[in-house]
Amino acid sequence: MCTTCGCGPEELNHDHHHHDHDHHHSHEHEHEHGNGHVHSHSHDHSHAAENATARTVTVETDILAKNNRLARENRNLFFRKGIFVLNLVSSPGSGKTAILERTLLDLRERLRFAVIEGDQQTDNDAVRIAATGVPVKQVNTGAGCHLDAHMVSHAVENFDLDALDVLLIENVGNLVCPASFDLGENHKVVVLSVTEGEDKPLKYPAMFHNADVMLLNKVDLLPHLDFDADKCREMARRVNPDILIFDLSAKSGEGMDAWYRWIASRTRER
Amino acid sequence: MHELSITQGVVDICQDTAAGRRVVSVTLLIGELSGVVPEAVEFCFEACTKDTPLEGARLIIEQVPARGRCKDCSAEFPLRAYYSSCPGCGGHHVTVISGEELRVKEMEVE
Repeated sequence: MCTTCGCGPEELNHDHHHHDHDHHHSHEHEHEHGNGHVHSHSHDHSHAAENATARTVTVETDILAKNNRLARENRNLFFRKGIFVLNLVSSPGSGKTAILERTLLDLRERLRFAVIEGDQQTDNDAVRIAATGVPVKQVNTGAGCHLDAHMVSHAVENFDLDALDVLLIENVGNLVCPASFDLGENHKVVVLSVTEGEDKPLKYPAMFHNADVMLLNKVDLLPHLDFDADKCREMARRVNPDILIFDLSAKSGEGMDAWYRWIASRTRER
Repeated sequence: MHELSITQGVVDICQDTAAGRRVVSVTLLIGELSGVVPEAVEFCFEACTKDTPLEGARLIIEQVPARGRCKDCSAEFPLRAYYSSCPGCGGHHVTVISGEELRVKEMEVE
């Protein structure tokens, strides 16, 4: 795994445990710097305390700047190649892979697709996608809870970008972390299934705020559930008034046509 | 637990800026809506700084309150969450004007 991606959990597998800042040999103290200002420290070394040359450096750098730069490079590349890119995010089990399978089978004659599958472990999803005949690259994040722009930049090296119309990225099943990481996509698409709580948009607002599209999946099950779809849509719009919502079922196929029309229209626009 | 990636990002930025000097303290700005939990960053900081010029450095986290501006009536107000409505007109068309910060503000070097 490349160490420049800013994620690299494997190189952080240090064999030590964390301890509290009130560890037995730490201490609180105050001291004066050369410039005369006083402030308190709480640490267990004396290396800096006696150093009168310590000085403050203004940094003002976005912590995600590196990911955002790589995402921008991805976005520029996709734009140059005329590829429409969607980043599918959701909790595990909402039906992301099933939606992809059905979409690919129904649209593969009209549009040229490729898929990046993100999971912590296994290539099970890539195997399912490969069965549709569409090129797929599995990315295993190990302990990582999200895909980042660097992983995507390497994953797309596996595809002939000149022969692609649409790139679908299935993120790691997680309604929290993937919200913060731009991959260079055109749109984040959040999938919510009706077997989950209708208040998910309020419980995980960052994800629904950052998504442009919401797919309300498994609507074929609605007659058997107490799920209030109107309430769910209202909650999603409270977090994101402009979110585009499609009710659909990857299993029964209902509602898929509207989703397909949206993909096709966005692809033609480019 | 994306705080591990976030914290690694902090260490990378500080190492680049420090250019070999030892880092004594680091000050981060973390917005209330940034999706990052300060305690989790503190937890990751020690692991991420081990064997770097930041090892032993003090981590200072300044939380930035979330504020929004209503697109309908232009009122400005504190935001409790992304779904907070405008206290003036009750609308949900709210622009976040602060609270999404995720930034290394400054650091102290030897």
